[in-house]
Amino acid sequence: MSTKEHKPASLLIRGGRVIDPLARVDGLMDVLLRDGQVVELGPVGKVRGGAEENFDARGLIVAPGFIDLHVHLREPGQSYKETIASGTAAAASGGFTSVCCMPNTTPVLDSPEWVTWVRQPQRGAVVNVFPVAAATQASKGAVLTDFRALQRVGAVAVSDDGKPVLNETTMRDALRASAEINFPVIQHAEDTRITQNCSMNEGRASFRLGLRGMTIAAEAAIVDRDVQLAQQFNGARLHLAHVSTAEALKSVRRGKRNRARVTCEVTPHHFSLTDADIRGYDANFKMNPPLRSSEDRQALVEALSDGTVDAIASDHAPHALHEKIIEFERAAFGITGLETALGLAITVLHLRHQIPLERIIELFTSGPARVVDLRGRGALLRGSHADLTIFDPKKRWTFEAAKSRSKSHNTPFDGWQFTGKVVATIVSGKVIYRAA
Amino acid sequence: MQSLVQSKNRRAHRGSLLAIEPMSAIDIKSLLQLARKMNPLKPSARLRGKRVLLLFYEPSTRTRTSFEIAAQALGASTTLVLSSGSSVEKGESLLDTAYTLRAVGSDAIVVRHPHSGAPQLMADHLDIPVINAGDGMHEHPTQALLDAYTILEHKKKIAGLEVTVVGDIYHSRVARSAIHLLSKLGAQITLCGPPELLPEVSATLAENLRITRSCEEALRGADVVMVLRMQRERLAGLKISLPDYIARYQMTLGRLRLAKPDVLLMHPGPIIRGLELTWEVADCAQSVIVEEVKNGVPVRMAVLAQALGTVN
Ligand SMILES: [Zn+2]
Repeated sequence: MSTKEHKPASLLIRGGRVIDPLARVDGLMDVLLRDGQVVELGPVGKVRGGAEENFDARGLIVAPGFIDLHVHLREPGQSYKETIASGTAAAASGGFTSVCCMPNTTPVLDSPEWVTWVRQPQRGAVVNVFPVAAATQASKGAVLTDFRALQRVGAVAVSDDGKPVLNETTMRDALRASAEINFPVIQHAEDTRITQNCSMNEGRASFRLGLRGMTIAAEAAIVDRDVQLAQQFNGARLHLAHVSTAEALKSVRRGKRNRARVTCEVTPHHFSLTDADIRGYDANFKMNPPLRSSEDRQALVEALSDGTVDAIASDHAPHALHEKIIEFERAAFGITGLETALGLAITVLHLRHQIPLERIIELFTSGPARVVDLRGRGALLRGSHADLTIFDPKKRWTFEAAKSRSKSHNTPFDGWQFTGKVVATIVSGKVIYRAA
Repeated sequence: MQSLVQSKNRRAHRGSLLAIEPMSAIDIKSLLQLARKMNPLKPSARLRGKRVLLLFYEPSTRTRTSFEIAAQALGASTTLVLSSGSSVEKGESLLDTAYTLRAVGSDAIVVRHPHSGAPQLMADHLDIPVINAGDGMHEHPTQALLDAYTILEHKKKIAGLEVTVVGDIYHSRVARSAIHLLSKLGAQITLCGPPELLPEVSATLAENLRITRSCEEALRGADVVMVLRMQRERLAGLKISLPDYIARYQMTLGRLRLAKPDVLLMHPGPIIRGLELTWEVADCAQSVIVEEVKNGVPVRMAVLAQALGTVN
């Protein structure tokens, strides 16, 4: 994992099947990286100049580096759950070269100072970290933060994730500011006034388990309101985090049809599991938004396929054992997800639902890059950052939570068999992760 | 830290009783059969030397004393741990409490807990039987067993009986356990209550289940009527007012007359006369409310005997 051992100034990735949805490339090619940039893509054996190091990618897929729009790295303040170093190590082994970290830390990332702190090299990040700053001070939902100042120091968006911006006037003001400086506002859509004491989705499963359920309306109503607000401000950018219901997708589709700048993401667990999968009150199945019905899951798969969804985002939410091995209703919301995202995408979306690999790669690369304007990332154009993900789409493997690079192991996928495995992760031209 | 995860058993101790839902009709019937062999009035040494720990995170009079008497009738010793005044109050986790109680030599733990699934969590991590004495809104399996036992004292079999359950089904662990059990044994079940306390989704809980909002319709021709406890505080925030609830769902003698003449009137207790049922109904000839309490003892004796492995 050490980034110090090898720093070749040039690296030639040979013979892989390069798939770059944005550049509409799909074929066997060599890719030359030099000084942190993509220098050339060409037919196998035809790229001139050579390189100090070669990477044999025959039989593998070479894609632009994956981007995760939604991770919780837990620093500052909650390093017992995760650190920027451990979280980005998990990202690297999951094939992610860039992650957007959420601001619900202690303290909340609501000031330029803390956003800067997260980006400092001494945090030990091994992949690119793009902070999402808080939308309101201390994420209390009342007073907007200084978007312009946060943008200037490198925040890529604002969000009060973990909670919603519930107040309509506050959201309106946030979207107005978003339009002024072309800065995305990410909404965790949940009407918390009607989800108190709820620990899972409202439905047959929650009734059976005797647990209070969150209704679909709790998500859909906020999504609907925000899409309507976004349409009122020309240029306002609204991104909906972890959309989990068919109903919310309808509003997203309407917004997109009406040319509002609305984008959304879906998590691997929401497209893979349903509330019927919650077994034995295992809190590793507890997250927010909760696992929904099979109808909702099916709708997410369709929306991932038809272009309604812009990105797959993990919502990687590490928690310590004492926060999870307790009564279900008292347990923390959230699961880890960086290392299982690709396996789930290929196993569930590609193999079970026949979504083409090219589309899946788009959802991990150019899709998220566009949502938060990561210039020079998400595609393998000449001159773009040399961030690449190399994976074997046919490799079968078993995920073992105990071997995770994350500091926390709160995942429902322990012991799952996946098809599709990351072989190498390259950031700025350096191989920062290589599968054993 | 790691040990917590590794200590998770593949499954709960086979003597555990966590819920009715996973049980088969055969399991249920054999447990009821065993209960019929138990005589609370004749002390036995069947569980001599066994320590039964009663861990109550919620106040309870009847369930707790019933388990105590049942354990003692079999010769076991009992220790009661209440959440107030114990380490629980100081923030100790459920599992740490469980490990401690195991370490001091408990052979079985009977647990009542306000959170659904708490007994399951304990059972997943302990190598001794865990008996659910009521968890959150989930299940109260021994209550369902004693209800079935009581019904069978009056009716030949449960299969084919028309059973009506009236009241707050949504919040009721008693209702969930009873519905699972009666459905597995072949009863036809009618649930009755306002939508806030009886959502449409309730009908998906088991087979042979229907919902009606009309008390009169629900009662017509019933063999068994089970009235659930109505907690005043549950009505707060709902659309239905207390006088409305009483007007539409209170069990009165007039309503009970719609049922079969030999109907059994049941209630898991504690009853609130004047709320979910009238004074007269509570004491009427068809009422078996007191019998239910009495029958709790042999049923819990059977559950403990099975849990502690003294049954073949
Ligand atoms: Zn969120």
